[in-house]
Amino acid sequence: MNIKLIASVGVALGLVVPTAGFAQATLATVKERGYMNCQVGLPTPGFYALADDGTWSGLDVDMCRGVSAAIFGDPDKLEFQSVTSAVRFTALASGESDMLSRTTTWTAVRDTQLGLDFTAINFYDGQGFVVPIDSGINSAMELDGATVCVVTGTTTELNLADFFRANDMSFTPVTNENVNVIVETYLGGGCDAYTNDKSGLAARRSAFPVPDEHKILPETVSKEPLGPVVRQGDDGWANLVRWVMYGIINAEELGVTQANVAEMAATPPNPNVARLLGAEGNIGEELGVSADFMVNVISAIGNYGEAYERHVGANTPIGIPREGSLNALWTQGGIVYAPPFR
Amino acid sequence: MALSTEAATPKSSPSNPLSRMWRDARIRAIILQVLTLVGVIAFFGWLVMNTAYNLSQRNMSAGFGFLDVSAGFGIGFTLVEYQEGDSYLRVFYVGILNTLLVAVVAIFLATVLGLIVGLARLSDNWLIGKIARCYVELLRNTPLLLQIIAWYFGVFNLLPRPKQSIELAEGFVLNNRGFYLPAPVPEAGFNIVLITFAAAVIFAIGLYRWSTVRLDKTGKAFPAISTGLAVIIGAPLAIHLALGAPLGWDIPVLKGFNFTGGTSVPPSFCALIVALSAYTSCFIAEIVRAGIQSVSKGQLEAAGALNLPPNWTLRRVVMPQALRVIIPPLISQYLNVTKNSSLAIAIGFPDLVSVWMNTSLNQSGRAIPIVAMTMAFYCLVSLSVSFVMNYYNKRALLKER
Repeated sequence: MNIKLIASVGVALGLVVPTAGFAQATLATVKERGYMNCQVGLPTPGFYALADDGTWSGLDVDMCRGVSAAIFGDPDKLEFQSVTSAVRFTALASGESDMLSRTTTWTAVRDTQLGLDFTAINFYDGQGFVVPIDSGINSAMELDGATVCVVTGTTTELNLADFFRANDMSFTPVTNENVNVIVETYLGGGCDAYTNDKSGLAARRSAFPVPDEHKILPETVSKEPLGPVVRQGDDGWANLVRWVMYGIINAEELGVTQANVAEMAATPPNPNVARLLGAEGNIGEELGVSADFMVNVISAIGNYGEAYERHVGANTPIGIPREGSLNALWTQGGIVYAPPFR
Repeated sequence: MALSTEAATPKSSPSNPLSRMWRDARIRAIILQVLTLVGVIAFFGWLVMNTAYNLSQRNMSAGFGFLDVSAGFGIGFTLVEYQEGDSYLRVFYVGILNTLLVAVVAIFLATVLGLIVGLARLSDNWLIGKIARCYVELLRNTPLLLQIIAWYFGVFNLLPRPKQSIELAEGFVLNNRGFYLPAPVPEAGFNIVLITFAAAVIFAIGLYRWSTVRLDKTGKAFPAISTGLAVIIGAPLAIHLALGAPLGWDIPVLKGFNFTGGTSVPPSFCALIVALSAYTSCFIAEIVRAGIQSVSKGQLEAAGALNLPPNWTLRRVVMPQALRVIIPPLISQYLNVTKNSSLAIAIGFPDLVSVWMNTSLNQSGRAIPIVAMTMAFYCLVSLSVSFVMNYYNKRALLKER
């Protein structure tokens, strides 16, 4: 019974095969497979909504569509995986998903201890509370002694405890891993307030039977930078996802839109646009995709501002105004900022 | 077989010690067992090494270092003091206690309910028999998870809100945040009542032993059970009243959002207990019925011929023989209740699987140690339950003389 024999028995049983698959870079694997595994959460309006015909859409879904467009020139070479918050990181770290794009907060622990890499931020959020209007509550500071509904395994759950501790108030959590169960419990009166990132609250509230009977309290009790996540240890893949995100922010700054991208690519008005759209330089090739990959991305999902307004902007049922918020471009008072595309 | 082997291998001469050992059935058995043992150990060793290797490949950390890190999340229902700043180890402890509470309460209720339904199934009364049968068939033929969710969303979540609570009696309140009941607050002198109670229990056990011995020796019966019960209830009660009832009650009152004071259990606990005990009681009912029906009719007729009173027939003739049949499957049911309590996760009751294997795993990301600790706990509990029940089973076995 030497080690070699044991190892060969193991190989024969197929037990070490997953390790073998890991040696290859994610981009090569995805190209070979012909589609990308994109992990989203349980359907949430605005960010990863599921239509009646089974198609996914939303701000986070657009991140996956953008990456798919960058690789294949087609935004729909995707296999969506809708999993609960509780198992999201395991599904990514174990190789089941290639990329996770689902309102996930960037924290130090997640970045350093779970074998994950956060690539960029596609939404600056903060945690809030929603309460029924007839409860008469106007501030989160009035929630002492309240029962609060929260999804387990989230940063929300930790912030909730921190907020009440910091303000010397008490609360009773009602938890579940399934956000639909939590919302159902809140609507049934099983808790006094429901807490989530404010974007999530706005999204959920828009789908309540009577949205006007509920209001989001003014306090923001945490900072929640949300963005796409990839496995640690594959820098090339992380770079690609990161620069697709930075690319659409740069596109907005440079005035490149879904409508004018073809024209801009043909006759770039300035060197910055030329580099972004691949007419100059070889950024795309260095990332392992075609030189004009940003043309494909922008034709598919538009620039950052367009994607925002299409899914969660003021004119959607979610209605999160961009102007004056953190999610405005840095040139317009927000903090959405991307390194230069050169 | 041995002959044909020898014929097929003429090369191995009897003088070769190795082949001689191989032909000795006893030694051959030992060699094979040692080889199997080595193989099994090597296999598990390889599993562990492979896991550790793959974890490090994926940059995922393992190890138990996270146990004393502050967990930082709230838990909705705890039996012991717990604050958000407490360690993960404390969360593990809280989860264990919650799981054990569910298991103990559900096992107790399921046994009582199962016994009643099982006897009702045997009733000569057509209506009672049919009702019991419907109860059993309906509940045991639908999935438990479905029943738990139905009880939670269909019943306990739909109860009135705190301001319109149902007040069952003074201090007993039911609303969609839970079931509130008065909590006892011991005052000076209550210890004496507890000591009296303990003494009464010891006395009653002694009395029962003495009466059994006397019955065996002289054939004279003594009503030990009823006397014992009277002493257990009567003596502490008398002392309690004599000392001026040194026990206060903390009555829950509506304050702010909800009732405060007293003690309470969340709706998820109520739903879980009701679903779990109702579901398991069906199986126990069938086990009880089968056990009683396994006692041959002749035994009952013999008891009747001896003019034994009906409760003696049940206690001294039917039950001792029925228990032999009842206990082994009952052990399995008790183990099932304990393990099924992990379905609490579906409705968010903070049992071990919910707070430990879901929330803590997710917050800390330490899948391997957390899953291993959870499995070890369930294994330990199940083995303990089956150890106790096996001991009882040995005592209840048919004693042939």
